[in-house]
Amino acid sequence: MPVDLDPAAKFTAYAHPERLVTTEWLQQHLGTPGLTVVESDEDVLLYETGHIPEAVKIDWHTDLNDPVERDFVGSAAFADMLGAKGISRDTTVVIYGDKNNWWAAYALWVFTLFGHADVRLLDGGRDKWVAEERELTRDKPVITPTEYPIVERNDAPIRAFREDVLAHFGNPLIDVRSTEEYTGERTHMPAYPEEGALRGGHIPSAASVPWARAAAPDASFRTRQELDAIYRDEAGLSDGDSVIAYCRIGERSSHTWFVLTHLLGFEGVRNYDGSWTEWGNAVHVPIALGTEPGAAPQPR
Amino acid sequence: MAEWSVMTATELPAKLAEIRDEFLELEEPDRLLLLLEFADELPALPSRYADHPDLLERVVECQSPVFMFVEVDVDLAVHLHATAPRESPTTRGFASILAQGLDGLSRQEVLNVPDDYPNTIGLTKAVSPLRIRGMTAMLARAKRRLREGAA
Repeated sequence: MPVDLDPAAKFTAYAHPERLVTTEWLQQHLGTPGLTVVESDEDVLLYETGHIPEAVKIDWHTDLNDPVERDFVGSAAFADMLGAKGISRDTTVVIYGDKNNWWAAYALWVFTLFGHADVRLLDGGRDKWVAEERELTRDKPVITPTEYPIVERNDAPIRAFREDVLAHFGNPLIDVRSTEEYTGERTHMPAYPEEGALRGGHIPSAASVPWARAAAPDASFRTRQELDAIYRDEAGLSDGDSVIAYCRIGERSSHTWFVLTHLLGFEGVRNYDGSWTEWGNAVHVPIALGTEPGAAPQPR
Repeated sequence: MAEWSVMTATELPAKLAEIRDEFLELEEPDRLLLLLEFADELPALPSRYADHPDLLERVVECQSPVFMFVEVDVDLAVHLHATAPRESPTTRGFASILAQGLDGLSRQEVLNVPDDYPNTIGLTKAVSPLRIRGMTAMLARAKRRLREGAA
């Protein structure tokens, strides 16, 4: 049984208002049967410093990524992980996190790979909850483990691989990294560890729209009107477009994937999670430098 | 071979060995909680640095903003001071381990600390190898400062 939706007026302008809840809604619904709150942060220890009461933690490194291959966890590991956190297939999952819900959006995207139906983001994430001085606790949640079914991970609809990008030329690409990464001045985010890309620049024809432009100063999503101005008017996307978004390892572009898919209603948006740490190391792929997108190469 | 092992074991300063053993005695999830204790314990900067942020050096390899300063006192003992935001507890924990583990050592003793110490304290799996690199970078930075004689 899905938990009721948040009727907040701001959400009604979005394509899929059922994908968001407000801090106020969450406060009122804490403890509702069938609802599990998940915190997902960049910092693996932030949850332990204090979290929303009864929220469980999912860490992008240790829970969502395969420990050996560069890939997401498989069906069995995902089922085990969710079962251990007390999540069932029909649970309403509300995810929140730090940094404008950056990693929360990544977790939501991985849940979507496994077809979990009712997964939502807390608009404004951890930052807004904290700013409003709502309760945080270090008390461990009481978890009743469940049997989460082993379901197939279905990558094709929302995940792009390198060969998909090469075949996609001529259709819109969105590069959501910082301007310095896009132009090729640097291969990683300022102040972040060098994750090793041999070449700098961007995939030719990709429009530059740094991911955090979709967030307001209070970490909530910008309004429908503001988002349309950025992605339709500026970046030139229009209805019916097939879009691929990418960044460095696919985390920031999950945030943009959420915006394009659930807030603006684009269908078939894919996240290229190999992103620049694959493309910038790959042999025989085209790269453009500078501030201009560059012409789209022939699709291969 | 046995002799070699004993030698490397004794080379690690007592406090760093103690911290490592504390982590290794715990199960994986509890290791994170111990790291949180270290994060909570990171002392505030001495006022002479708090008032002079220009003296602090940013460790750019770290994921979150961390600033540190290494000094050698009149007794030639090393002290590491660091600050990182409350929202970055992992980084605070790493800094706190080094601040406590290196405190009072001689310059040469710090330089002798194995570069891979962060990989030996049982956090690689709980925290992930990528994140451990932040602590490796802090240790390397402290050593570089001492080598350059700037501290």
